[in-house]
Amino acid sequence: MEHYTNPRNVGTLNKDSKNVGTGLVGAPECGDVMRLQIEVDDNNVITDAKFKTFGCGSAIASSSLATEWLKGKTVDEALTIDNMDIVEELALPPVKIHCSVLAEDAIKSAINDYRVKNGMEPIAMPKSHH
Amino acid sequence: MELPIYLDNNATTPLDPRVLEAMLPYFTNKFGNAASRNHAFGWVAEEGVDYAREQVAKLIGCTDKEIIFTSGATEADNLGIKGVYEMYQDKGNHIITATTEHKAVLDACKHLEKLGAKVTYLQVKADGLIDLQELEAAMTEQTILVTIMYGNNEIGVIQPVKEISAIAHKHGALFMTDATQTVGKIPVDVNADGIDLMAFSAHKMYGPKGVGALYVRRKNPRVKVTAQIDGGGHERGMRSGTLNVPGIVGLGKACELCRLEMDEEAKRLSALRDKLEGALSQMEESYVNGNTAHRLPHVANISFKYVEGEGLMMSMKDLAVSSGSACTSASLEPSYVLKSLGLSDDLAHSSIRFGLGRFTTEEEIDFAIEHTKAAVNHLRELSPLWEMFKEGIDLSKIEWAEH
Repeated sequence: MEHYTNPRNVGTLNKDSKNVGTGLVGAPECGDVMRLQIEVDDNNVITDAKFKTFGCGSAIASSSLATEWLKGKTVDEALTIDNMDIVEELALPPVKIHCSVLAEDAIKSAINDYRVKNGMEPIAMPKSHH
Repeated sequence: MELPIYLDNNATTPLDPRVLEAMLPYFTNKFGNAASRNHAFGWVAEEGVDYAREQVAKLIGCTDKEIIFTSGATEADNLGIKGVYEMYQDKGNHIITATTEHKAVLDACKHLEKLGAKVTYLQVKADGLIDLQELEAAMTEQTILVTIMYGNNEIGVIQPVKEISAIAHKHGALFMTDATQTVGKIPVDVNADGIDLMAFSAHKMYGPKGVGALYVRRKNPRVKVTAQIDGGGHERGMRSGTLNVPGIVGLGKACELCRLEMDEEAKRLSALRDKLEGALSQMEESYVNGNTAHRLPHVANISFKYVEGEGLMMSMKDLAVSSGSACTSASLEPSYVLKSLGLSDDLAHSSIRFGLGRFTTEEEIDFAIEHTKAAVNHLRELSPLWEMFKEGIDLSKIEWAEH
């Protein structure tokens, strides 16, 4: 609830910058669109993370929490964030689990954007859980 | 002013204290069974029911013998539709309704389809009204019933019932209407409107939950429905079950209050609604849903593009409103009524229904305006779609990862 009423890290990073990765997942028709961005330094550490989300309270809270967790992690550590961790932390009800899945997808998608920009292979995206 | 503010009067209305007062004795010393003909306890209860029946009849311009008390509008819809189908099966098996009807009507029709009925679901125009020519074209010799709601629960549009009933009658079919949101809000006269059957409910007009009625015409033509609940033969054999005397007394009192106060209340509420709607529709990228000329006085349905309805309702925690109808809001699907108007999923997802009522004050509406504006602006700050819109990106050209 706190992440919903008082979301952290709302905003926009320069998506054209080489050390910024942007993930845009979801679709307006489904009622959820999440944009998550990470800024990575030369040591592969995520120094900043920002989001904007169109969606229900749980989607907003999930993305806010995800950005909090991302900051300070290395890119590899970030890949280990699991949607069920978000579910647990926010005590999401079953009908809202897809919001956490979306947040995990957004993290992976942002990391991939960063990897591709910097000449690395994209990691395989998890098969959508929907 | 107490928070939260209740603006969901299409879902249910608070009980008017005057209605409660009328009901109370029937819970205690006037507890009799209205069907007990052989002692005073029964007579007193029956008297209460008879009086209520007159109060109800007076509101809709019918006679007291034409009122069948039920447990609510859902039961009345079921009794009307299934009861007509069963009674008039020999004459035909075709029913016409519309896609924007309440689930009680749609699902009753679906049930009959399984039993062999043919049902036409008319599409509505972008303003929520049905196309009379389409109705005319859909009529067949097999059509026994046209059932179209009077005022819509989500957007408030009022269908042209006089014209609809005329078309139904021209082809020898009965006309039924679900008037749950309409009775007590605007004048409804079953004779002037050509209505043969009409379902409505007490709790949408400041009466108690658990009681409603089906109007069944007795003259020109004499309409009959096959009972869907069998038992002691109450309500002229059309609806068995011991009468809910306090509830019925409450429905009667609620109808009387509506009859006496409706005109003034409608004027006051439509002024407040217009104030709310005017202020909110001035916001960028907000859209009023449904025909605004033919509409119930107390409803506004507005889409705020680039914000999501459920999130919006959560941010409007000091307002009790709904996105879509209460019946479907347990699911995450956008409103099928709004989709029937041709709204895209994203606009249907972004809609809020404001339902004003007898106890809504101007102070509350002023608060609601500011609170809604603040919530929409806050969520747009959070919305990637709003940012893209502001940057001039055409969202329809983006390939979204469907999930």
